[in-house]
Amino acid sequence: MSFIRKKLDEIKKPFEPGNKLEKYRPAINALDTFLFVPNHTTQKGAHIRDAVDLKRTMITVVLALIPALIFGMWNTGHQHFMQLGEEVGFMEAFIHGAWKIVPMIVVSYAVGLGIEFIYAIKRGHEVNEGYLVTGLLIPMIMPVDIPLWMVALSVIFAVLIGKEAFGGTGMNILNPALTARAFAFFAYPTYMSGNEVWVSEAGAVDKISGETILGKLAAGTEVPFESIHMFTGVIPGSIAETSTLCILAGALLLMLTKVADWRIIVSGFIGAALMGLLLNALPSLGVEGNDLTNFAWYKHLIVGGLAFGIVFMATDPVSAAQTLKGKWIYGLLIGLLAIMIRTLNPAYPEGIMLSILLMNVFAPTIDHYVVEGNVKKRKKRLQAKTVKTA
Amino acid sequence: MPKSVKVKRGLSLNLKGEAEKILVDAPKSKIYTIKPPNFHSIVPKMVVKEGAKLKAGDELFFSKYSDKTRFVSPVSGTLKEIVRGAKRRVLGLRIEADASIDYKDFGVMDPLSASKEEVKERVFSTGLGTFIQQRPYDVLANAEDTPKSIFVSTHNTAPLGASFEFVLKAKMKHFQTGLNVLSQLTEGKVYVGVDAESASELKSVENVEVVNINGPHPAGLVGTMIHEIEPINQGERVWTVRAEDVAIIGEQFTTGKFNAERIVAVAGNAAEERKYFKTLIGAEVKTLLSGQNPAGCRLISGDVLTGAKVEEEGYIDYYANELTIIPEGNHYRMFGWLPFKDNNIHSMSKTSLSWLFPKRKYDVDTNLNGEERALVVTGEMEEVMPLDIYPMQLIKACMAGDIEKMENLGIYEVAPEDFALIDYTNTSKIEAQDIIRQGLDLMITEVG
Repeated sequence: MSFIRKKLDEIKKPFEPGNKLEKYRPAINALDTFLFVPNHTTQKGAHIRDAVDLKRTMITVVLALIPALIFGMWNTGHQHFMQLGEEVGFMEAFIHGAWKIVPMIVVSYAVGLGIEFIYAIKRGHEVNEGYLVTGLLIPMIMPVDIPLWMVALSVIFAVLIGKEAFGGTGMNILNPALTARAFAFFAYPTYMSGNEVWVSEAGAVDKISGETILGKLAAGTEVPFESIHMFTGVIPGSIAETSTLCILAGALLLMLTKVADWRIIVSGFIGAALMGLLLNALPSLGVEGNDLTNFAWYKHLIVGGLAFGIVFMATDPVSAAQTLKGKWIYGLLIGLLAIMIRTLNPAYPEGIMLSILLMNVFAPTIDHYVVEGNVKKRKKRLQAKTVKTA
Repeated sequence: MPKSVKVKRGLSLNLKGEAEKILVDAPKSKIYTIKPPNFHSIVPKMVVKEGAKLKAGDELFFSKYSDKTRFVSPVSGTLKEIVRGAKRRVLGLRIEADASIDYKDFGVMDPLSASKEEVKERVFSTGLGTFIQQRPYDVLANAEDTPKSIFVSTHNTAPLGASFEFVLKAKMKHFQTGLNVLSQLTEGKVYVGVDAESASELKSVENVEVVNINGPHPAGLVGTMIHEIEPINQGERVWTVRAEDVAIIGEQFTTGKFNAERIVAVAGNAAEERKYFKTLIGAEVKTLLSGQNPAGCRLISGDVLTGAKVEEEGYIDYYANELTIIPEGNHYRMFGWLPFKDNNIHSMSKTSLSWLFPKRKYDVDTNLNGEERALVVTGEMEEVMPLDIYPMQLIKACMAGDIEKMENLGIYEVAPEDFALIDYTNTSKIEAQDIIRQGLDLMITEVG
């Protein structure tokens, strides 16, 4: 360990203040602090500090994503071979998926972190760890066959316009990963929706439909999957969104470590269930509804990107509501809107992306009114006081 | 029914190195130093020159902006040196002590039979006003004001904080007299916070309202008590006095002598002799070290959350009841950012397994355990903020210098120490106390 430390200190010398490469310090520091928690000591304020830091928090999210990612890799291969009518083992399917997905992750990290490093150097701050999560999320919510250059372009758009334009990490209004997906969705709709993109190399096979369940429902065709498939995730869809089981495993880690706020996750699912129940009740109210509205409410919770979105994207603390009360409202509305968009708007069989982005925009407003409640209490107290003394 | 303050949100840090409840006399200090920077926003106007002969209680300087508050010498001796920094700012008054202390006689006064005006005049003109802090702004009290109420906390919930119950044991009579003095300074009540769990005689003090305090740190801070009992509105003034200082005030009224006795708890996992030392305000740090060589350690005058760094050759701060000694943390930790690694370092976050051992006592050092980052994580500050205040929103308003927002969010009710636990726990390593202090300073200049 001390050998590595010495070597690192040697490498870092030209980057010390006053030396030639001083400007590039954030870049070398990012690498150094990835190996070692630095020897910085407290300079003001409290003399002792908690063991937690942003790196630890972000890595916890990455860990929580791993089950869904591994399942996504296997499922990609599995769906591919299934449409060809081939039965293959776990490893073969997994390798097929990994072969497709790992390059997407590499591109996403390379491009995104590249921009982060440039901005850190330009603005003279350290590289923030947020992109470790964003960079992994972006490929996980894309259709598997999307060209790599589209991934790169989406990443550039998300990081530049979605994040840096607002002042960098902690300042962005929209969730960067969803910004990337929305960009791809609207810029290249043929790669992002329809019935040929959800299964790897689906177009190569004639007359094989790789539609998602929601796609089938919107088109009015029959859904050939059982609830258990939807829950475990052996269905077509974006890479890591399919397995509610694996997502819940991640959610459990996030909630136990308190890295994600359980309020958002719980209220998100409650909101979705409520809207599902309401729509299911339509026929009894005399409204016919459609296949999507009549789709059982609990199935709505386990298909599409709803679970993935609520667990990993809605809980992004920067773009979510920041007050405790606000988080309940924010989560609830995301759930409600997601199902509403999904069922009532035939152009978007998946609503979670738009619903989270919309609520991202409204999160500061929700917080404003929650905080305003506190302000009003204070003003009322003052008023009562002045009346009494007058 | 006595009033009570029950706090749920907060964090009592269980650290190694508590001071044993043994009181010993510290070796006599040769030099005593009064440090004007201990009195926030006070610009001293000197009354004495270098070389002056002083008695304990003789005036040293007064505030440039309010000549009513006088600052006096804790010992008798010779003013050796006025230490100045940049722009001739006075950093310290070094007083070489006589072999035995010669006190200035202020005369005896019974605070309860004297008039309010007489008591107030006596407090501020004889140097006792230096023990009274004002909220809002967390600065010295202004002699012109009459506070809504006065708060004293005898329950120290800070990590490794001195036990005021122990410190006041032999001073109960003076403490009561001091409370009588305070009761003459306000139109309202004097509130004394005591540990609800203890059966100490502090609960039977008179002429005040006793408040039972329950719960984790920051339950014992005056800020928490004020907020629960009489929250400060815009334009109001509330005063606070530290527990031992109440006894100093009382003694001066009883005996006519300014006895600046300070009982300092030497604590911390790097301290060798952990005891309570009897000394005087402004004493040399090294007289409390019992010969320990503090190389590689941080000496903190005060507790680990709010204290100030001092050097071995330095002096105890004016208000400090603790000298905390912990190791410096200037070392690297390989892959220390991995979740569930290094569980021997305390963390409030559940990304460490330290929460599984709530009874365990922790070793601490001064490592930052990370680097400063943008504010990302939300909800964690609220967990250690018992006041009905949105901490992150207030911190952001202070950073932006948005005065109206700061007012609305409750800047008048807080002091930096109320944000000390946020310093400790927040993921982004934001210096919350520093930001709040700057916010308060901005309010002083803009609103006053």
